[in-house]
Amino acid sequence: VAGRPADVIASSAQSLGFALALGTAIVAILAGIVAASGFDVGLAFGALVRGSVGSSYAIFSATLVRATPLILTGLAVALAFRGGILNIGAEGQLLAGAAVATALALAFASSLGIGAVGLGLAGAAVAGAAWAAIPAWLQRRAGVLEVITTIMMNFIALYSVGYLVRGPLQEPSHIYPQSAALPLEAQLPMILPGTRLHAGFLLAVAAAIAAWYIVRFTAAGFRLRVVGANPAAAASAGRVDVAHVRMNTFLLSGAIAGLAGGVEVFGVTYALYENLSPGYGYTAIAVALLAGLHPLLVIASGIVLGALEAGAAAMQREAGVPSVLVSVVEALIILAVVGARAAFVRRRRSAEVRS
Amino acid sequence: MNDVATSFLEAAVRTATPLAFAALGEAVTERAGVINVGLEGVIIAGCFGAVVAAGAGGIVAGLAGGMFAGLVIAAFFALFAVWLRTDQIITGTALTLGALGLTGTLYRIVYGDTGAALSIPTMRPIAIPGLSAIPVLGPAFFAQPIVTYLLYVVIALVWWVLARTHIGLAVRAAGEQPMAAEAAGISVVGVQWGAVLVGGALAGVAGATLVLAQVGTFAEGMSAGRGFIAIAIVALGRWHPVGVALAALLFGAATAMQYLFQSIGSTLPYQLFLALPYALTLVVLAIGSGRAHAPAALGRRELLVR
Repeated sequence: VAGRPADVIASSAQSLGFALALGTAIVAILAGIVAASGFDVGLAFGALVRGSVGSSYAIFSATLVRATPLILTGLAVALAFRGGILNIGAEGQLLAGAAVATALALAFASSLGIGAVGLGLAGAAVAGAAWAAIPAWLQRRAGVLEVITTIMMNFIALYSVGYLVRGPLQEPSHIYPQSAALPLEAQLPMILPGTRLHAGFLLAVAAAIAAWYIVRFTAAGFRLRVVGANPAAAASAGRVDVAHVRMNTFLLSGAIAGLAGGVEVFGVTYALYENLSPGYGYTAIAVALLAGLHPLLVIASGIVLGALEAGAAAMQREAGVPSVLVSVVEALIILAVVGARAAFVRRRRSAEVRS
Repeated sequence: MNDVATSFLEAAVRTATPLAFAALGEAVTERAGVINVGLEGVIIAGCFGAVVAAGAGGIVAGLAGGMFAGLVIAAFFALFAVWLRTDQIITGTALTLGALGLTGTLYRIVYGDTGAALSIPTMRPIAIPGLSAIPVLGPAFFAQPIVTYLLYVVIALVWWVLARTHIGLAVRAAGEQPMAAEAAGISVVGVQWGAVLVGGALAGVAGATLVLAQVGTFAEGMSAGRGFIAIAIVALGRWHPVGVALAALLFGAATAMQYLFQSIGSTLPYQLFLALPYALTLVVLAIGSGRAHAPAALGRRELLVR
């Protein structure tokens, strides 16, 4: 769309200005809520900064560790949205991936060693895609709104994990609602000594780069974009099989979200349990929209929201501010992005009408 | 046997009541061409508003508080989706996320981290003389808390307004042929604002019902997907008030299955029953929907840029 260099510069200056305004507004609102609730704003924000970027430990062991599932699920959502699929089911797909990865690793770690990690991650991706396949199929067959079905699948995933960790996958002593801990050989290696940053982070970044390449430079990526931008035109002018592209987009999105679950189990929790994800699949929507659905920018927005979540956890520990406040911030980010875009479209259209 | 059937039906009606309130409101919103996926957020806000208000002023204040909180969130949704014409689905999803976070935060701030001790007055069932004496059905439908009777009135009222009044005609026109409606002098944006607010008020009441007639306290995320189930109910009920009420009853029955199975001493894992309403939603959408009966302009936002 942006053709001339001047346009590009103008629009990136505009987006930078928007990002700064957005950041300022969100900090102000956050400060307002924190202050109105009777907390010490200085203490709370100090904790937020210390817990996210205040030390190398905070950066590598908190922020980037939390950013890893957010980059992957954000990528899943961004690709789906680019293809016109409103996949709100990354949370359920992540849980499905985590469950299958755990089951495979526990079954094969003794025989395959580190190979069990590869097998588990592949299984996680397949499980995520399978979990997405039901909404995808319903959408294709009956035109059912995927927003509803993916959210239903999220709840079913949550209760299924609840069942698994009290049933077939429960740890051997049958006391705690969680799976047995994964053996050392079925864990992702750390990439920085002395931190908790695991190889999954590199995997997430690589996935984002691969997704960017596919979307930007391949025929399949082009089809994904045209179907998302204008399905009718894609079908009539481009002879694209829209239903087929949508199905593939949906499954790919599910596979990436499922992979996030496998990575989380192998890199962070080393076991399956119910509250494995503090809503990564929902935060992913904010990650994707904040990145403007651009796969490479998802890395940056995933790190930003990872920092926010890490900081919020510190804010709760040190200043007593509930960390669920973060989801309010995420909602505000989403609303600001879609609101600004709508206002922009509106202004441009009314300018076109006048001229 | 009659006892089992009666208590099963009674539980079905009880659990269907909040679903029906929310789904009726959403039906009105959707008939005007707007889909509020933020319904889940509106319901949880209704729950919170009801807890706060009922703690201070009793049951009636609780209902009003729930309705007010629902209106606030719905107004927020309308501001973006109707006025700015942002994508309705993304806006609704954001509002759900925000409302869940905000109510969780406020709850912990107001009532402390544990918040367990909080308990508020709840509604007792009131048997309607005569009607409640009908075998099996009587106690199930006419020995309920007063909100259920309010629901019966709302079902009739929504049907009457949509089918028989000029306001209803304007709502349907906005949802089917917004351009034609606009040409006929109807303010589509105004109608959609109204329809979203009505939906918000009813979803707020749904949240209040959940608190005041069922749970008796607040818990983070206690709406538990009911907003999304209600949207599925609207599709199953073919956007018709009576159909929507019957569809809600079906979901109430699915939820009540767990009580039935418990009472006959089933050993099936309870997660199965918890997941049942969500699985049923999928099955129902698979067989019973499609967009054949949906308002023609549902979810469209590309009109009226002036």
